[in-house]
Amino acid sequence: MLLVFVEHDRGTPADAAREALTASRSLAEALGVPLHAVTVGEVADGLAREVADYGAVVVHQAHHRLLSDYGPDAWAESVAQVALAEGAQVIVGTGTDRGNEVLAHVAALMDQPFAANCLEVVPGKEWELTRARWGGSLLESATLDAAIRILTFAHHAVDPVSSPAAGEPRLFEPELDDAVAQTLVTDRVVLTTGVTLATAPVVVSGGRGVGSAEGFAPLEELASLLGGVVGCSRVVTNNGWRPHSDQVGQTGTRIAPELYIACGISGAIQHWVGAMASKRILAINTDAEANMVIKADYAIIGDLSTVIPAIVEAVKVAQSGQPS
Amino acid sequence: MAELPSKARVVVIGAGIVGNCLVGHLADMGWTDMVLVDKGPLPNPGGSTGHASNFIFPTDHNKEMAALTLESRRQYEEMGVNTECGGIEVARTPERMEELRRRMTSAKAWGIEAELLTPAQVKEKVPFLDESVILGGFHTPSVSVVDSLRAGTLMREKATKAGALSVHANTEVLDIETEPVHFGRPRIKAVVTDKGRIETEYVVVACGVWSPKIAHMAGATIPLTPAVHQMADVGPIDILQQTGNEIGYPIVRDMDTFMYERQSAGSMEVGSYAHRPILHRPEEIPSNEEAALSPTEMPFTLDDFDEQLEHALELMGEILETAEIRYAINGLLSLTSDAMPVLGETTEVENLWSAAAVWIKEGPGIAQLMAEWMTHGYPHIADPHGSDIARLYDHERSVHHIEARASEHFNKTYGIVHPREQWASERGVNCAPFHARTEALGAEYFDARGWERPHWYAANADLVDRYAVEDRPHEWDRRWWSPIISAEHLHMRERGGLIDLSAFQMFDVRGPGVVDYIERMTVNKCDRPVGSSIYTPVLAPNGGFRSDLTVLRLGDEWFRIVTGAFDGGRDEYWFRRNLPTDGSVQFTNMSSTVTTIGVWGPKAQELVSGLTESDVSIGAFAYGTTQEVLIEGIATRMLRISYVGENGWEITTSIPHGLRLWDTLAGAAKDLDVRPVGAGVYGTTGRLEKGYRLMGAELESEYSPVEAGLARARVKDASFIGKEAYLQARESDPVTHMCTLTVEDHIDSSGSARYMTGGNEPILTADGDRILDANGRVSRVTSAGNGPSVGKYLLMAYLPPEFAVENTPLQVMYMNEMFDVRVARVGSKPLFDPDDTRMKG
Amino acid sequence: MRVLVCVKRVPAPGARIVISPDGRSIDTAHLGFTMSPHEECAVEEAVQIVEREGGHSTVLTLGVASAEEQLRYALSLGIDAGVLLPTDGSDWDPQRTATSIAAAISGLESRDGVFDLVLFGNESADSGGFQVGIRVARALGRPMVNGVKGIELGDGSLVARRPFDGGFEEYRLPLPCMLGAKEGLNLPRYPTLKGRLSSKKAQIESIEPVGDPGGLRMVGFLRPREQVTETVVLGHGPEAAPKVIEILTEIGVL
Repeated sequence: MLLVFVEHDRGTPADAAREALTASRSLAEALGVPLHAVTVGEVADGLAREVADYGAVVVHQAHHRLLSDYGPDAWAESVAQVALAEGAQVIVGTGTDRGNEVLAHVAALMDQPFAANCLEVVPGKEWELTRARWGGSLLESATLDAAIRILTFAHHAVDPVSSPAAGEPRLFEPELDDAVAQTLVTDRVVLTTGVTLATAPVVVSGGRGVGSAEGFAPLEELASLLGGVVGCSRVVTNNGWRPHSDQVGQTGTRIAPELYIACGISGAIQHWVGAMASKRILAINTDAEANMVIKADYAIIGDLSTVIPAIVEAVKVAQSGQPS
Repeated sequence: MAELPSKARVVVIGAGIVGNCLVGHLADMGWTDMVLVDKGPLPNPGGSTGHASNFIFPTDHNKEMAALTLESRRQYEEMGVNTECGGIEVARTPERMEELRRRMTSAKAWGIEAELLTPAQVKEKVPFLDESVILGGFHTPSVSVVDSLRAGTLMREKATKAGALSVHANTEVLDIETEPVHFGRPRIKAVVTDKGRIETEYVVVACGVWSPKIAHMAGATIPLTPAVHQMADVGPIDILQQTGNEIGYPIVRDMDTFMYERQSAGSMEVGSYAHRPILHRPEEIPSNEEAALSPTEMPFTLDDFDEQLEHALELMGEILETAEIRYAINGLLSLTSDAMPVLGETTEVENLWSAAAVWIKEGPGIAQLMAEWMTHGYPHIADPHGSDIARLYDHERSVHHIEARASEHFNKTYGIVHPREQWASERGVNCAPFHARTEALGAEYFDARGWERPHWYAANADLVDRYAVEDRPHEWDRRWWSPIISAEHLHMRERGGLIDLSAFQMFDVRGPGVVDYIERMTVNKCDRPVGSSIYTPVLAPNGGFRSDLTVLRLGDEWFRIVTGAFDGGRDEYWFRRNLPTDGSVQFTNMSSTVTTIGVWGPKAQELVSGLTESDVSIGAFAYGTTQEVLIEGIATRMLRISYVGENGWEITTSIPHGLRLWDTLAGAAKDLDVRPVGAGVYGTTGRLEKGYRLMGAELESEYSPVEAGLARARVKDASFIGKEAYLQARESDPVTHMCTLTVEDHIDSSGSARYMTGGNEPILTADGDRILDANGRVSRVTSAGNGPSVGKYLLMAYLPPEFAVENTPLQVMYMNEMFDVRVARVGSKPLFDPDDTRMKG
Repeated sequence: MRVLVCVKRVPAPGARIVISPDGRSIDTAHLGFTMSPHEECAVEEAVQIVEREGGHSTVLTLGVASAEEQLRYALSLGIDAGVLLPTDGSDWDPQRTATSIAAAISGLESRDGVFDLVLFGNESADSGGFQVGIRVARALGRPMVNGVKGIELGDGSLVARRPFDGGFEEYRLPLPCMLGAKEGLNLPRYPTLKGRLSSKKAQIESIEPVGDPGGLRMVGFLRPREQVTETVVLGHGPEAAPKVIEILTEIGVL
């Protein structure tokens, strides 16, 4: 049996969970084993329908008083106990911070190897994997030799496709030591309501070319007109022009907006891997051959200090209903 | 992006400071259809220009580099990208203080305002410096920082606006095509890039550290090596931030630790030439994409910099101790085997030009020099003999040699380099066949572009007492010098001397077209009877000196060109590139086939006549003629001529006979107490007493034969290169004259006798003013040395007519002190034996 | 407080990583080395904690001898001691690495006392295995939370903040514990000249690593299929603005 860990936050499924289910379906087919899923916490019981839509024949629903919110130890214990109880040969998770964290714990407590962020998995006597390194700018081919194979699929590597199956819910009550409570979420601080970097349909991002903290004012204006948010490259946060929470990149936030507007960003690997999942990219740069320009869908060659205000004006005109 | 043109007049590869300025200057000179390509993006394509520290200290002991630096500074200023901040070179040691005094002297020569400061005065200008670690400073108010990227953009834009240039960034050169030329070098045909192919007449390689790789595509060599210069940007520093500008304090060069500290806005850029030499290969430099910063900003190797950090803390601990190392690189720059640029047409490929190994401080000036050279056939702003790529012999083009020499001179970037300084590495490349004999005599060898030349012999030490030769009291003046030279000189004048002349460069030219050819190349008439020798200037198209050499007529259709080791490469290039392309003249370099020994002095006639059955008497063998003579059975060619003012011969034989010839001559010499004497006599003392001019010292393209006192009474009918300008120069009175001066008082302010080394010391009026001729050329010492037989220390210098009067009292500045001199001769008439009776009989 | 930071020496590549001809390593001939960015923040946090609370900080790495460079870098920033677990440069899988580090920590703790806080980076910049810290935490029986961008020390416990959409999750962990740091936790300082020179003189302790190879074995590197994007240049300068409006309209933002 192949067991998929369905990541969610207090009952809201992660996008990556659908991707993991989609990828696991073909893997289970290749192995000729049934696809099971596990949701952790009563709060996630409502996911059974959707998980079934993505091909799970059984949905294990782990219930325990310590599973009301996220906690890496509690969640990992639950997943591992389902896997052991049901005799899972493979455990698959989401290639996200939470998914990788939970499965790393699962692997550690089962004393099994763990392969994070896989792009391709070829089962055999010795499994052959391709996994992301350097945030996906380089790939590693590896072999995975284990009694129980534990891996996550890299986020944004697979487009989620549904394929309904029975999705029979089964209650599972793990035995959890009180010690797992040490790593439960105890509180939440909400800083912003509304769109965030990770959810905004439009991200207007600035790099070294913006030149200063003050230089971001026109980018802010454009972002707010478009209902988007401002992002930035690593140089910008290192220079103290923007908070780190605005950083798009390998060590910042990975985003996938409808439109990414990259202003004065050269497009180093560190940044590119955070932005590459964007649906469309518009680069504004003085250098027509900058990496970002070459990789973008659209480009404007020019000084962003004149280009951005021009776009702002044009947007205002368009929004006021006047012919542009 | 504009489409790459398929045709061009010239393709300039490399959009750094040199390539950019070159297209600007070429456009000014009327060039059109130019293409500038660079594999990187603009304005900073990732070469050395992009990370340069961009400051200019104008004072240089070398005349060529000083002129180009001052011209560059002028151009930066004109472009509005020059910010004057002043600069102080500080000394931690007495030796360095002496060097700073020498710098004062060079500054005076080039008209640069400068002053020596006490430690307290340095502290006044740089309050965060610990004055207790220094002895003084050399302050140049005109030191500046420039915006070299902006300068490049302006020059590019100028050429583009003139409609003369199209610029293509991110365009990588993949190949350079050449086409064969009958009886000539292959010629440039096209440049192939990843964006297309451009047919072109000229290609200029201005690719800095990549130049060797690019030149190689055409089958040519540009001999340089990429080397690391470490620098670290440390900050933020409050006192620097308070200036509120890019640079508010003078740049400090901590000369004895080979470091500099340069304000860069709110932080301090600390740079070093003190670390171990770190050399790279051009083909190993990462691409723009692969490099973490830029291709020439390599990862900083901090371990190499630790000692420098400690030195920086000693000098500026107050502000640097808590400063953070924010940005640090191993920046690549280009080093050549002799620390000079490599400029001009490559020797291997016609119309392929090199403009490489150039620093920011001299970039625009060198670009102008190159543009003039390409436009007029020779530059006007400076004589390029020190940086001409053709100066380099084959062995100097090997990676092995370049790396060895670059490793040796890297740490001398801020070093104290003596004008007579000798190399320690890569010695013994070319030796005389009788080298073991001269070695056994304790020869002190000097390196002449790969040739080992005995400069004096320890075995002649006894002559110092015999002739009561005085030593020099000051270490600097006696460095790379010995009183034995003067003793050997006097002995040669009294008895005679044997001189190892194996470094002579000899080229044979033969064929049906050779008379026309040799006449076209030389000023003086060479179409004279077989057996004649002709001393002649060789001119650049502007009428200035390109060379001076001796031509022998060995047959109806056979001439031999004899020149010195220092200019052999440039002369070979010049004679080869001007060969007729119909095959009517064949050129053969004989330098590694034959060897030469000089025999001169009162006993020379007796010595040689005792070894041969031929009649070598002056009656049968006239001065200035050459004959084949058997010396104890050894076939030789003798030439009765002299560079030292004594009767005698240059005796040339094939290299296999060389040892035997030496032994034969030396054996006979012993009986007559004629001694082997060194090049110190040949090149300095003997030469100066006879007022003979030396290419690269007295003779440069900035001076005409008329000014040098070498114009003959008549001009030959045949046309020759530079003739028009030469005729013009003869029409009017010269504005300067080559003169010989004598030093009248050697005693400095401390009571010690000083002897000028001959490194461009300025000749000043009695009032201490610089002397400039009507064309703005400064009077300075071109050669200096003892004149043992005339009992005076001799200087050569050009002087304008009002000073070029015998017995005029003047002064020379040396080590920032004044010494009385007197004009002893105007023109070429020698001080010693003015009628040449000793050598001509 | 006794704080330990575990770091990894990784190359600092440019826009394109060069794979060695045998495909088994990255060509680092012209690359500098650094520690992973997340770890730089972990080091900074350790320095700040000891500056504030007093105590002692240690940096530890498993890697080739030249990984000493990263240890000394941490020392130059204010870390007190450095420990190297030397390897021969071959690829060490996460299980083997974790076993070695856990053993080394146990050894250090039995000699010098328990580390109240052990910091790892969230994941290494190069291999991105997301697990060594967690395996070490499990081996030592200590609670661990990853992805931490804020730490508030209390009495015998700490509050760790981890970003989630638009805010933070808070965890309250008893000491001793372990955290996986994420960039943004703080703004790391640069070494001072003085710090650099004193770090040169510090002793680096060497502990022979132990541990058997695990089940994940690296075979070689591949370059991802590059999406060939034909960039449409909308124009030069402000004149291109109307074209942007067209695109915004097309994707429904306007």
